[in-house]
Amino acid sequence: MAIDAATVRKVARLARIAEPEERVEALAQELNGIMQWIEQLAEVDTDGVEPMTSVVAQALPLRADVVTDGGDAAVVTKNAPKSVDGFFVVPKVVE
Amino acid sequence: MTETFTLKGRTGDWEIVLGLEVHAQVASNSKLFSGAAVGFGAGPNEQVSLVDAAMPGMLPVLNKFCVEQAVRTGLGLKAQINLKSRFDRKNYFYPDLPQGYQISQFEFPIVGEGEVTVDRIDGTSFTVRIERLHLEQDAGKSIHDLDPKATYVDLNRSGTALMEIVSKPDMRSPEDAAAYVKKLRAILVTLGTCDGDMEKGNLRADVNVSVCRPGDYEKFRETGSFKHLGTRCEIKNVNSYRFIQQAINYEARRQIEILEDGGKVDQETRLFDPGKGETRSMRSKEEAHDYRYFPDPDLLPLEIDAAWVKEIEAGLPELPDAKKARLMADYGLSAYDASVLISDADVAAFFEEAAKGRDAKLVANWTLNDLMGRLGKDGLEITASPISAADIGALVALIEDGTISGKIARTVFDHMWAGEGAPAAIVEKHGLVQITDTGAIEAAVDKLIAANPDKAEAVKEKPQAIGWFVGQVMKETGGKANPAAVNDILKAKLGL
Amino acid sequence: MTALTSLTLKAALDGLKAKQFSSMELTKAHIAAVEAARPLNAYILETPEAALASAEASDARLAKGEAGALEGAPLGIKDLFCTKDVRATACSKILGDFQPPYESTVTSNLWRDGALMLGKLNMDEFAMGSSNETSAFGPVVNPWRIAGSNKSLTPGGSSGGSASAVAADLCLGATATDTGGSIRQPAAFTGTVGIKPTYGRCSRWGVVAFASSLDQAGPIAKTVEDAAILLKSMSGHDPKDSTSLDIEVPDFASFVGKSVKGLRIGVPKEYRVDGMPAEIEKLWQDGINWLKEAGCEIVEVSLPHTKYALPAYYIVAPAEASSNLARYDGMRYGLRAEGGNLTEIYENTRAEGFGAEVKRRILIGTYVLSAGYYDAYYLKAQKVRRRIADDFEQAWQKCDALLTPTAPSAAFGLGENSNDPIAMYLNDVFTVTTNLAGLPSMSVPAGLDAQGLPLGLQIIGRPLDEGTVFSIGGAIEKAAGFAGKKAERWW
Ligand SMILES: [Mg+2]
Ligand SMILES: [Zn+2]
Repeated sequence: MAIDAATVRKVARLARIAEPEERVEALAQELNGIMQWIEQLAEVDTDGVEPMTSVVAQALPLRADVVTDGGDAAVVTKNAPKSVDGFFVVPKVVE
Repeated sequence: MTETFTLKGRTGDWEIVLGLEVHAQVASNSKLFSGAAVGFGAGPNEQVSLVDAAMPGMLPVLNKFCVEQAVRTGLGLKAQINLKSRFDRKNYFYPDLPQGYQISQFEFPIVGEGEVTVDRIDGTSFTVRIERLHLEQDAGKSIHDLDPKATYVDLNRSGTALMEIVSKPDMRSPEDAAAYVKKLRAILVTLGTCDGDMEKGNLRADVNVSVCRPGDYEKFRETGSFKHLGTRCEIKNVNSYRFIQQAINYEARRQIEILEDGGKVDQETRLFDPGKGETRSMRSKEEAHDYRYFPDPDLLPLEIDAAWVKEIEAGLPELPDAKKARLMADYGLSAYDASVLISDADVAAFFEEAAKGRDAKLVANWTLNDLMGRLGKDGLEITASPISAADIGALVALIEDGTISGKIARTVFDHMWAGEGAPAAIVEKHGLVQITDTGAIEAAVDKLIAANPDKAEAVKEKPQAIGWFVGQVMKETGGKANPAAVNDILKAKLGL
Repeated sequence: MTALTSLTLKAALDGLKAKQFSSMELTKAHIAAVEAARPLNAYILETPEAALASAEASDARLAKGEAGALEGAPLGIKDLFCTKDVRATACSKILGDFQPPYESTVTSNLWRDGALMLGKLNMDEFAMGSSNETSAFGPVVNPWRIAGSNKSLTPGGSSGGSASAVAADLCLGATATDTGGSIRQPAAFTGTVGIKPTYGRCSRWGVVAFASSLDQAGPIAKTVEDAAILLKSMSGHDPKDSTSLDIEVPDFASFVGKSVKGLRIGVPKEYRVDGMPAEIEKLWQDGINWLKEAGCEIVEVSLPHTKYALPAYYIVAPAEASSNLARYDGMRYGLRAEGGNLTEIYENTRAEGFGAEVKRRILIGTYVLSAGYYDAYYLKAQKVRRRIADDFEQAWQKCDALLTPTAPSAAFGLGENSNDPIAMYLNDVFTVTTNLAGLPSMSVPAGLDAQGLPLGLQIIGRPLDEGTVFSIGGAIEKAAGFAGKKAERWW
């Protein structure tokens, strides 16, 4: 499962991180090194082991259906790079 | 079973296979994972919490009411309720998706397999198998036409609870697909879990369309293997029965043309353009998707109590199928009338109130034909009807006791629609009482025969010509004569 | 004024209550110390005006006898915690000048009890790092130096600012967070006490997320008792965090000084890793001897999957991070870069906004979750995680707590490991296991190495049994006689 330049490009695209083409090969090697070190997990016998997604041994708490939040667009858009009339203004999306 | 829907192509017949993913907004006060209000018409970003805007360090907390509605809906779909389910993240970037992921249920949905019985207009019915129902967050809204160079984003809808109801590919015609959504809507509205408002997008369908040759679908059903079916395209967010049918018709034709030209259908997501009546590829989604689903580490597995499910089940209202059976049994209605009535819980309730102690068949006719016709013309819902259920009942009562004829009733109905009040008062006011006084009718008949001796002679040879006499008597009496009495007296006097 | 900053939190609180000095005097002394210590780069944002205003309010409450448990105590806050209307960056460029309109639950709890904030502390970007060198504000310098050398050493990471600030008397205590060792390793490198409580003790609400299933807040403090006092205040059930434990918070300080006689202390044999410096080996043995003398029974235990903890962590943590950091997209807050279309703007924003280590982990996380690899990596890691947690469950049959070294080395020079990610990752080899299993674990300073640098021992407890951890920590602290040992001031 070696990571090649094409994989780096694909993953960087999925993650929305621009990686300059001249960096791709080096990055592939770097990530490969890390992934090879990770491969040792394959040694562990995990047949029939239930995957552990959380260490918390309690049920998911549920909240009552009441309105307790919102109602202030100014707070929501306060840190926006651009906003107009309560909207976030973002680069043109072409559908 | 009605005839299979086929499309004629240059190279032979084609059939279509349809599966639907319906997104139904849960009728809750607050959002699935935040305390911001759910609603329509607020100013931009007024119904947004810091959780919905995905501020750093904000965390989701699940709304119990939404879980309950998913369970209720699951029970209404006669589906498996999963006591243990899980929330996963579906990762992708889009400006109206603040977290960069949608919290959804991927591997372990809260509701498993179920089924819906769907009634067709011709009185036949078919079953759609439900694959699953899961809870998920809605995205915000991108507005593209406020600025030529920018997109405006309103997150009011962001985080609203949706139930995604996924069907198996069990629909075979555009009409069947629309009928399925109609039936699903009736179930949701009856349960009160979704308001069913399609115009506002609170109920919308993603339609999966593929085409195949006759016989292929049967092979698919036998083997369960999708290789017998064609490549499908998903048409996103279609929000009316008419658009669903238009979109399917267009899309099926498009696919057939490609195949008949020797091409290959690409599996892709498409958008329906109601203005042009066409579907088109969604450019923004052209790149192959890799959603990288994984369990949301901000949440724990959702575990619900069997006792709670039982409690919810005990509180379910009468569902459309049960109501249909009861309407047929209790009121002697046809399967067709009953299924039309149950397609809208409000219409059914109206009917039942109007039909109390009356000729139910007659009430059904007046409700479904006359009243629904007028309402439809004016774009009104039955809940906004200017004529009450009690008055429809009273109108039928006047017909039943012979005070007015069915024909006069139409006139009375027009006055009722105009807001003139109870039918009895209208009959009184406009002097529309039916003439059942045989003396008056006899006099009119005698006069008619005396004035038309040739016709009176001819009718003895050709008894069906009596219609002309009936018409003349009715005309003479201003339509108020009792038609049965007129017939009897004519027959006697003409010696038929 | 130096006298006031060198107080422990406990001594300062006692002094305030006894009116020996005011919070105003105490706060001013700390503000002066912070200003004088800028070469350490521990604080990335100083908030002296707000601190003085809070001190004034605290003095009023102290005068009225309405003092809270931490009344008037000046603290430093790791920049991962959002504090209302104060710039929060997680030491990343991508957040720009983000000013959270909200206060994290943990800091709210501290202010509720009367504590005040001196400023925001430096850290590795998004808490990803073990040397504080990934910060967009530059590295933090460890106040400790090798005897006779003026080489700059790392304070460890990611809570390097918290550890340095506490070690250099730039606050009475600091908040920190620990995803793989980020409280304990810096504590060990700076001669301070740091505890990561049981997962779910401290609310994660308002704390910038790194890896949600592993992140846990905790204090870095001058003494075990100070850590106990701070943790009590920081902890508690929070309905806004679905993973917050709905459970009573004990008075942790009451466990400090309690006898450890009869406790069974497990020594995991797998922690004797190849190439471990002899001095660490010796320190560990010292700890064992001290506890034996204090009446503990020492038992050897096995945690067979220990060596797989770090690789498992480097799947789970980047996977969660790749998703948690997707919200930094330049649309609603923070940096937005230029670009020809939406995708380019996303890509350029995130390329400019994130540093190299963060990008590396996002790419790894994206890769291990992507189609075709999920089962081989992510699912496998979650299964190994279960195995690791089960190892601990087995150990608890034989012992009440575990004793291990905190880190495989003392503080190293800035720049020494930064070109080798795996060498850097190995710093967390002893700490990461308890994040995966959610267990409470503390680093206590236990001695100096031959170069005069502090070393720490780690105590690992059963879930929710921080009490025992504090008792053992107190016993080691006492036996080691480390308290009062400070870096010689050079800044
Ligand atoms: Mg879907
Ligand atoms: Zn969906």
